[in-house]
Amino acid sequence: MAEHLIAARTQVGRRPGRYVLRIVVTAYLFFLVAWPLYLVGRNAFADGLTSLNDILTDPDVTHALRLSVVIAVAAVVINTVFGVGISILLVRYDFPGKRTLNALLDMPLSVSPIVVGLALVLVYGGREGWFGPTLESAGLQIIFAVPGMVLATVFVALPLVIREVVPVLQEVGDEQEQAARSLGANAVQTFRRITLPAIKWGVIYGVVLSLARSLGEFGAVKVVSGNVLGETRTATLVVEEKYLNFDKGGSYATAFLLALVAVACIIVVSVLRPKEDR
Amino acid sequence: MTSATLAPDRPAGNRRSVRGGLPLTRVSGLGLGVAMVWFSLLVLIPLAAVAVTAAGGGWDGFWRTVTNEQTAATIRLTVGTALLVTLVNIVMGTLIAWVLVRDNFFGKRALEILIDVPFALPTIVAGLVLLSLYGPGSPLGVNIANTRIAVFLAFLFVTLPFIVRTVQPVLAELDPEVEEAAASLGASRYTTFRRIVLPSLTPAIAAGAALSFARAVGEYGSLVLLTGNLPMRTEVASVRILSSIENDNLDSAAAVAVVLLAISLAVIVVLDVIQRRVMRRG
Repeated sequence: MAEHLIAARTQVGRRPGRYVLRIVVTAYLFFLVAWPLYLVGRNAFADGLTSLNDILTDPDVTHALRLSVVIAVAAVVINTVFGVGISILLVRYDFPGKRTLNALLDMPLSVSPIVVGLALVLVYGGREGWFGPTLESAGLQIIFAVPGMVLATVFVALPLVIREVVPVLQEVGDEQEQAARSLGANAVQTFRRITLPAIKWGVIYGVVLSLARSLGEFGAVKVVSGNVLGETRTATLVVEEKYLNFDKGGSYATAFLLALVAVACIIVVSVLRPKEDR
Repeated sequence: MTSATLAPDRPAGNRRSVRGGLPLTRVSGLGLGVAMVWFSLLVLIPLAAVAVTAAGGGWDGFWRTVTNEQTAATIRLTVGTALLVTLVNIVMGTLIAWVLVRDNFFGKRALEILIDVPFALPTIVAGLVLLSLYGPGSPLGVNIANTRIAVFLAFLFVTLPFIVRTVQPVLAELDPEVEEAAASLGASRYTTFRRIVLPSLTPAIAAGAALSFARAVGEYGSLVLLTGNLPMRTEVASVRILSSIENDNLDSAAAVAVVLLAISLAVIVVLDVIQRRVMRRG
């Protein structure tokens, strides 16, 4: 009876405060994210489908969109292979310097994209970079070319797969892997038949998030790309270029396409994740 | 970053701990070697190159570049605004996490998605997004483009997910019975929050705050269209670095970059210390 009363009292006591908080939070997110995001969609369709149609028939823009996709896919593939490998090493093995490596792997998340670009130019720049002139005389141009843009994108999205896969690996434990080994499975078989299925969802979230991040990279790519029309211009660079050249329709339409992909990625992850948790 | 990266089922402070494990075998040793070569070529050597280039001009050269009137103004603006934004995030992020965990209402899932939007949205699009509501021709009738408020707003937008996503999982694991016990012993709701809930959340809030501060300090993309990059007024450190790069003055670019890198490194150290403290306690 007494418990019942207390429960009832806290319920009633909570109510008004709860509505206030709910309204404050909803309003904050509405003004900071939802309304501005909606306006970009509306601005993109201000002239009906004209802006969207214009950019999709502009060969420079379609080239930029294609380049963005190519770079993002390359970066995601590299980061997935590296990320899954390093996650397994971090979780399953012990080696000197592991803690330091673990901390350093998060570094790309807190380094400014402009600093990332600068760092890559200083090492791979064709004229005075540390390795750049050697690589260039071997016929491999990195800065102001696609390889540099891939490197920059890989750098900024590096920790995403690792951050998703490591906790999953820790949670599933290594009993099944040990069992497989003791039954005679080799390392490749164990990975393919036991480890990979167990961490599948972690890898998928990591890949989707990396894809969103890679498609949208701007600062680091801007520094290393040289932004050459029809060659090293990506979709995000088109948004800036068009806006500064007073082609707001084109800018909003390109931004709309990028935002669409980004929001789609988040929705995919948020729809998949709770199912997995249950 | 971050970020949607911050999965809602992550342990305290969102930092993974990776203790123990098997000794390396030949295959895994080779794998580690390859991974380290790649990581060095991609991250460690380039970042070292920034430090070496900055040191190339000697301490005097470095100090002169960093204390140059215009450069010092950009660093002050960046760090000052990032601190302010982090403070707002500490309050609003905790509040949002609280509502997402403890409240239940129609549309909560939509709010969850909105939290992650700033992480996945390309930064240049983020700038355009904010410009469409708070720039010229705003439906709200305000125009903050090319002011310092724009810098603040852009930072606020891109750092939104960090504290929410680090606090949320910790809050979800708190046992409400402890709070009920405090309340039944006569503690007011404020006292319960301050004495029971807040201490458990502090490491997560601190970790999220560090990430959000670091992210704001390095932000570039969302500011390009929004702030006009006016020297001495709305120019931030990363814009200053970029203009040095474009003027082919890599030495002064590296000098300012080192300041930003030092801040990132400090953040990583702080996160590591927090993580260790949490692990010792737990």
